[in-house]
Amino acid sequence: MPIPSDENMTELCEHIVSNLGDRCTFGIAHGEATLSCDVDNIVRVLSFLRDDVGCEFKLLVDICGVDFPERSKRFELVYHLLSMSLNQRIRVKTALGEGEAAPSVCSLFPAAGWFEREAYDLYGILFSNHPDLRRLLTDYGFEGHPLRKDFPLTGYVEVRYDDNAKRVVYEPVALPQAFREFDFVSPWEGMDAPLLPGDLHAQKPESDS
Amino acid sequence: MKQENPANPEERKFTINFGPQHPAAHGVLRLVLDLDGEIVERIDPHIGLLHRGTEKLIEHKTYLQAVPYFDRLDYVAPMNQEHAFALAVEALLDIKIPKRAQYIRMLYSEIGRLLSHILNITTQAMDVGALTPPLWGFEEREKLMVFYERASGSRMHAAYIRPGGVHQDLPPQLLQDILDFCAPCAKTLDDIEDLLTENRIFKQRNVGIGVFDADAVQAWGCSGVMARAAGLEWDLRRSQPYEAYEEMRFEIPIGKNADCYDRYLLRMEECRQSLDIMKQCIERMPDGEVSGGEGKIAPPPRAEMKSSMEALIHHFKLYTEGYHVPAGEVYRAVEAPKGEFGVYLVSDGSNKPYRCKIRAPGFAHLQAMDEISKGHMLADVSAILGSIDIVFGEVDR
Repeated sequence: MPIPSDENMTELCEHIVSNLGDRCTFGIAHGEATLSCDVDNIVRVLSFLRDDVGCEFKLLVDICGVDFPERSKRFELVYHLLSMSLNQRIRVKTALGEGEAAPSVCSLFPAAGWFEREAYDLYGILFSNHPDLRRLLTDYGFEGHPLRKDFPLTGYVEVRYDDNAKRVVYEPVALPQAFREFDFVSPWEGMDAPLLPGDLHAQKPESDS
Repeated sequence: MKQENPANPEERKFTINFGPQHPAAHGVLRLVLDLDGEIVERIDPHIGLLHRGTEKLIEHKTYLQAVPYFDRLDYVAPMNQEHAFALAVEALLDIKIPKRAQYIRMLYSEIGRLLSHILNITTQAMDVGALTPPLWGFEEREKLMVFYERASGSRMHAAYIRPGGVHQDLPPQLLQDILDFCAPCAKTLDDIEDLLTENRIFKQRNVGIGVFDADAVQAWGCSGVMARAAGLEWDLRRSQPYEAYEEMRFEIPIGKNADCYDRYLLRMEECRQSLDIMKQCIERMPDGEVSGGEGKIAPPPRAEMKSSMEALIHHFKLYTEGYHVPAGEVYRAVEAPKGEFGVYLVSDGSNKPYRCKIRAPGFAHLQAMDEISKGHMLADVSAILGSIDIVFGEVDR
């Protein structure tokens, strides 16, 4: 079996892009090919990748979300595909905003079922036409989407067994010591603004005058 | 719970709950089974009972602090997971690791494969009623865990394979002891095989059960033994080699019938191949450094820290701030004992991973449970569950 190289990866990507037209763009980094396309085209792109004789990406390895809260379309949805016959991998990426739904690819790849449920559970990404879009990894009755960047690491509720009530009870998280996170960035390196720790106290508050 | 159907009293539909605490569930798994009499119509696995938010935690830790979380995923073969993470970080940093580190990594990946396969073979046997194989197999696992301990200081949660190489060099006698272990271990495997392979009960419970053919395997994203049992010649160590696997001689066993019995036979043969690779690693083990590379991602030697201020600063910075990884994204996979274990790492250029998606083989396999088990008897569910090799540490993350 041929071991994948950068040349036949470029060739493959050009073959894909020439067939799909302007629906997607490709890039190669770290020896991996990445296709980017619109959410609406995702089913067409993936079905082409699966069915085309020059591709045969029959294995859906993974679907996952990534959260970029500062972008206008905050979520990135990343599909990893594998072609056993070509011995190639490919990554397909698309962006979508909060509340937007991506079309489910369960009908193309049955394996997508749980991966999409996981992305829905952890990021709140919706999938249209998913046969069974329930939470997967979090607790029964869990609220929120824990892998979003604005979800705190400690969460909002904690559980304990209440001996009086004879059952498990949910309570708001109470930490004896606040969770402290250090960025370890040295104030002398890579400073964007000439602001040192402590400078804030020297500045005159604007609202006072 | 019996659902009475007044229109058709002959109908015998049941919904039963299996788990979350059940000895045949290999962990905390809850299955909701729809039965027609004793025939399984639908399985709805409820997972996440062991969900610890590993991916979220990793986003708040430096790259080095993230390593121990990987031991706690598939905790029967811990170093194989660390390996995938180390490969991903090294790809983003664009560094090469020393040859000796590569060989030590391969040696311990194969030890991990043995640990996992012995556990699976013996507990699969226990699921269908055999008690002796676990007693014999666990003795070998104990010895392997001592090898883990002698290299890393810990029997299971090793944190030994780190980006840039491995943590420390092996103690002097260890390689010889591992070599001496191989032949008696092969003998134990023969003994276990004597008990199981031609055993009438074992064959009745496994032959022709849980057939999952090549098309289904690909559609459901299965890998590892599941794919090879279906006749697909696919092993990442051979088809997309990492470290120095292309220098190793080993066979990839392929199944014909894609059933539970084939999967057992494959694991048995892979154990022998792993022993063979371990021997080759030890025989050809090169000398030299075990970690390093450019970019100061490995700590300086202790002795140097006593005299060099630079080394002291380097050590302090490494264990507080950590190292910064250039922005980018990468997916790296290894052939873990259970299948393709992958890490999708997104870096924003800081000292912490921006996103670290863990692709566990067991997740895809358990998802296919419904498809595999349809039409089987209730008693086959535990045989199938045993043969698809599930560990909840990696499924739930």
